[in-house]
Amino acid sequence: MNTSTSTFVRTEMLPQQAPPITEAGAVKWLRENLFSSVLNTILTILGVAAVAYLVMHIAPWLSRSVWNANTLSECRQIITERYGEGATGACWAVIRERWPQYLFGFYPSHLYWRPVLAFVLLCVAVAPVLFDKLPRKMLWFSLVYPAVGFWLLWGGSVWVPVMALAGFAIGYAAARIVKPLAGTIIATIAAVLAPVLWWLFLAGPAADAMQSILPVALQAVRSREFGGFVLAFTIGFTGIAFSLPLGIMLALGRQSDMFIVNKLSVGFIEFIRGVPLITLLFTASLLLNYFLPPGTDFDIILRVIIMVVLFAAAYIAEVVRGGLAALPRGQYEAADALGLDYWKAQRLIIMPQALKISIPGIVSTFIGLFKDTTLVVFVGLLDPLKGITDAVRASTDWKGIYWEPYIFVGTIFFVFCFAMSRYSMYLEGKLKTDHR
Amino acid sequence: MSEATALDLDTRKIDRSQMQVSNEVAIQISQMNKWYGTFHVLRDINMTVNRGERIVICGPSGSGKSTLIRCINRLEEHQQGQIIVDGTELTSDLKNIDKVRSEVGMVFQHFNLFPHLTILENCTLAPIWVRKTPKKEAEEIAMHFLRKVKIPEQANKYPGQLSGGQQQRVAIARSLCMKPRIMLFDEPTSALDPEMIKEVLDTMIQLAEEGMTMLCVTHEMGFAQAVANRVIFMDQGQIVEQNSPKEFFNNPQSDRTKLFLSQILGH
Repeated sequence: MNTSTSTFVRTEMLPQQAPPITEAGAVKWLRENLFSSVLNTILTILGVAAVAYLVMHIAPWLSRSVWNANTLSECRQIITERYGEGATGACWAVIRERWPQYLFGFYPSHLYWRPVLAFVLLCVAVAPVLFDKLPRKMLWFSLVYPAVGFWLLWGGSVWVPVMALAGFAIGYAAARIVKPLAGTIIATIAAVLAPVLWWLFLAGPAADAMQSILPVALQAVRSREFGGFVLAFTIGFTGIAFSLPLGIMLALGRQSDMFIVNKLSVGFIEFIRGVPLITLLFTASLLLNYFLPPGTDFDIILRVIIMVVLFAAAYIAEVVRGGLAALPRGQYEAADALGLDYWKAQRLIIMPQALKISIPGIVSTFIGLFKDTTLVVFVGLLDPLKGITDAVRASTDWKGIYWEPYIFVGTIFFVFCFAMSRYSMYLEGKLKTDHR
Repeated sequence: MSEATALDLDTRKIDRSQMQVSNEVAIQISQMNKWYGTFHVLRDINMTVNRGERIVICGPSGSGKSTLIRCINRLEEHQQGQIIVDGTELTSDLKNIDKVRSEVGMVFQHFNLFPHLTILENCTLAPIWVRKTPKKEAEEIAMHFLRKVKIPEQANKYPGQLSGGQQQRVAIARSLCMKPRIMLFDEPTSALDPEMIKEVLDTMIQLAEEGMTMLCVTHEMGFAQAVANRVIFMDQGQIVEQNSPKEFFNNPQSDRTKLFLSQILGH
């Protein structure tokens, strides 16, 4: 104690020095990450061995790939000729030969340009939504795209999608006209009711009337002819586009003080989450027919899309609710104190933050939705994974092929899901402004 | 701490030329009662605030002082009695509430800046969306008030990059951008490091000097002595004593006030 009482005053500050050599570079990395303890060392060795084992078994098979053959037996013959008796190899020729079927299912082959064009336009429509550097005016095309895509894929009279779009214009007009007369609440009801009535009763006759005046139509394609990745993308992207807004509304409904809105949202979310997707798909394909008036032609893909949207929306609602719950109450209070009304506060303050928090969960739900599109095989639609592959394997040419189609389809799904995952990470990084 | 700031404020010369209390009533609260469930938080509150008044509300924690000023812009709903702000009575009518809120600025203990928006966007948001001010004009107004709180150079940063004191000054600027006629401060310095309290108090004094009607819930007794024209002491949801700062600090009347003052000024 005595020695510590002597006075000490530092006159100059110490400069920063480089760390010792063992604390930097590859040596440090290896020591810290691979061989930090006995257990870690054992795990490292086991891991390397497992990877080596897998590569040793798969690499030869992959390296003996055959891309040009018309049947499985021809393919096997080529492998035997090249690599000797008993050699096995991958027969990718099946993908090459059945490529159109994997992409388009049984879509009429002379109309392939339509799904291709729809896909290209989809990319154009999605781009401004994903990347805010692009001109904002492009968003108008994104809004119209669902109608364009629908018309290109299913064909028929152009007036059907046009009249469907007109419903939104009618809803907007109804809100604008009613609001000064009867207030916000009545205007909101009018904005919902007017388009619904339009779609139910007037849109059909109006489309027919316009078609008879000015016939513009593409050759119609029936939903049963859809298949492969066209089907998966149609259901997947429509599901993603519509489930997000519906999920947000459900999350807000669940937070609402209004008793009926709250209980309806809770009931909906809990019911949909408590039921397997396949049940909903069966309901869509079989049960609905019993309830609908006989002779109603309610498109099967449309029914499936509705179910997929409802299913994903329930999950998204819960993910978004998590984001909402993570926001401090002060954010709501500050918005209130500044005089922002409920919808403005939600749009400008609450949702941008809540959605940012929920990005990983939302994208997980989207990835799940996209992969779940393969389940439509259970209601008789030709999904790429099982529907098309079974059709391919049922042909005499490719009877007995096993791994290649599944690996191919899996790879395509992986590419898209991985892209979504990467995009979500990019978005999180870009929106990170809290500097914690 | 309160003594240190009190000293600081004593040395700062306060310009009282514009600190005038008019006869016009800004806020009128009569027979107001509020409950949280069965708990009676505010009991028979009667108070009148004239335009230009600078009122400091103090009291022990849980005495209802924050709840009282939060009732004034309806962040809390009262169940009985009347609150009239700038001639508008606060009822469940949303129009009245929005009207009052756009006239009354509020500064919170935890700043409550919007972390996803820049400082400038924080300040222009309400003018643009509530007042319908054109963006350019709103930005000019925002920069004017950011200069006033002495942080115009931070305009394009995010709240997370600023110190607590700077954030609170931004919060004050954000409220001022709505050109409010009344400012409410809910313990604006309680979450700040001692070093930053002064910069926020200076901003508040500056506001007072310009004649703003202010209600502050605060424990900064130095600020109360320097700026307030009236101090209200609350306990158990009631107004126990109100007086001019001079009388309040030198000659407290009720025993409860004496005890409170001895505890916060005694060390």
